[in-house]
Amino acid sequence: MLRNALIAAGVTTALLAAGPASAAEKKTIAVSIPAADHGWTAGIVYHANATAKEINKAFPGIEVIVKTSPSASAQVSAIEDLSATRKLDALVILPHTSEELTTPVKAIKEKGSFITVVDRGLNDPHIQDLYVAGDNIAVGFNTAKFLVNRMGGKGNLVVLRGIPTVIDDERIKGFRDGIAGSDLKILDIQYANWNSDEAFKLMQDYLAKYPQIDAVWANDDDMLLGVLEAIKQSGRKDIKFALGGNGMKEIIEKVMAADPVTPVETPYPPSMIKTAIYLTAAHFAGHAPVRGSLKLDAPLITKENAEEYYFPDSPF
Amino acid sequence: MADLAAAPPRAQHGWSIGWGDAGPFLALAALVLIGFLINPDFLSANNIANVVTRSAFIAIIAIGATFVIASGGLDLSVGSMAAFITGVMILFMNWAAPSVGTAAIPLGMAVALVTSIACGLLNGTIVTIGRIEPFIATLGTMGIFRALITYMTNGGTIAIDRSLRDAYRPVYFGDVLGVPIPILVSLAVALVAAYVLYRTRYGRRCVAVGANEDVARYSGISVARVRTLAFVIQGACVAIAAVCYVPRLGAATPTTGLLWELQVITAVVIGGTALRGGRGRVWGTVAGAVILEFIANLMVLSDFVSEYLVAAVQGVIIIIAMLIQRMSKR
Repeated sequence: MLRNALIAAGVTTALLAAGPASAAEKKTIAVSIPAADHGWTAGIVYHANATAKEINKAFPGIEVIVKTSPSASAQVSAIEDLSATRKLDALVILPHTSEELTTPVKAIKEKGSFITVVDRGLNDPHIQDLYVAGDNIAVGFNTAKFLVNRMGGKGNLVVLRGIPTVIDDERIKGFRDGIAGSDLKILDIQYANWNSDEAFKLMQDYLAKYPQIDAVWANDDDMLLGVLEAIKQSGRKDIKFALGGNGMKEIIEKVMAADPVTPVETPYPPSMIKTAIYLTAAHFAGHAPVRGSLKLDAPLITKENAEEYYFPDSPF
Repeated sequence: MADLAAAPPRAQHGWSIGWGDAGPFLALAALVLIGFLINPDFLSANNIANVVTRSAFIAIIAIGATFVIASGGLDLSVGSMAAFITGVMILFMNWAAPSVGTAAIPLGMAVALVTSIACGLLNGTIVTIGRIEPFIATLGTMGIFRALITYMTNGGTIAIDRSLRDAYRPVYFGDVLGVPIPILVSLAVALVAAYVLYRTRYGRRCVAVGANEDVARYSGISVARVRTLAFVIQGACVAIAAVCYVPRLGAATPTTGLLWELQVITAVVIGGTALRGGRGRVWGTVAGAVILEFIANLMVLSDFVSEYLVAAVQGVIIIIAMLIQRMSKR
């Protein structure tokens, strides 16, 4: 019965394909993302390409095309070119910057495309039909809560922050909120630009400056790698916890192996692009209502649930 | 005014040997003193060893840049090149490790050296045979090398094989009689470079070409060859820096060596080499690299600079260091 229906559907599609009407039948979802220039964006590119392949295979009526752009202005050109050369039924975009992309995305919206915005919001939230993002405040907050619980509410912390951006500010704010009311004390907080080399140097300096450090938080895993190397070199035993954030596979592996210094992780997973593309596809393929916004939680990743956040083939 | 116009050549000759060369070391000494006053931990053996070791990459690359800049060139590609060489080296070592074991490490070093000499030669020939301004030529190769490392890593990380990790670690973290190996390596590179620049025919030609290209050409010097060779020396220095860098974090990423070119140029200029060419100071360059790293270290060890203002204070200190250097020349 089902088989017959499928054949019938196939024949119908084939018949339709003969006429010009078919172009309208196949829905095009364009995905515009930053080019891979560091671990996290590399993860975005990996997951976007993987998802495009999966959806193109699963839903013959949908075509997903992925375009990466190295800068905000290149991204503006890319989406303008895309919409000039074909009809975009949907645009899934992770904007380089909110300011520069708002107007161009609005123009595409006005042509009738379904707009899905990922991670970084546009200046005008009315443009988006669907918004998918992680929770940067929870990244900081949940890490802080873990430290408060495990350290009995007191101890000396040092923090490495990234590049001065909203993302970084939110994580730090969440962290400060999380330790508020406890006797955990932030001895020092400095920028290390989400870079492992700079984090290595900064951690060496922290270790030289403070004789007693109970825990370190680097608000991104690239930096955590540098931190761990500096601690290893110093031979210091006072550091009980060194935690990161984002869900890099090397760190998830540590969590899986029950590493005593890095027993947990908080996700801000690049795989969220996957969520966004699948939901957008559901709008067309499944006729499922998806308009709204979806904020992915940043629950603590522990040994028990690490598998869920582990992508061994991803570069991140 | 008249005597000012006439005086500089002779005055420079007489004075620069003594005080002019001491400039960067005076600035370094001042910085060490200030550092000690701010936080006595600054002079702890551990901290000094850490910081000087960290400055080794920039110092080694900057020694190469001293040749390029003294000969009137400029190389903006060094940071990207270092990242690219790091990537090539790690990929090669990981490929070779299963068959040759830890012998992959020296082989990897050889591959790094050959590749970066080729990269330096490429830069040099584009500048000399292609007759393209070094700024533009190396801006081009900077993009090329950066894109290659991003491509090789898929934007992520290439990590060194676990079986090599521990064997290679001592090259950054080990020491000989208490002196960390990267420091010894940079001292060795500086010794060789100082000899080449000050005591060989090539070194003098290098400076002569930078001082006045036409005069050098009329004196029978092959300007193109001298300049190309300077870029090749730069390439070799990048390889040596990469060899010391790889064991530190054991990985190459697209952000490896980001903006190193600016630190390198700053170190060279603080060291007393003239940015327009015609004057090269190897030991000054080493001091310049150490100064830069000390400044960064002091920013963390001191408590009175807000994390938001660190870069501004660093900028001010660099300018003051330059002023000390300049004033000591008079």
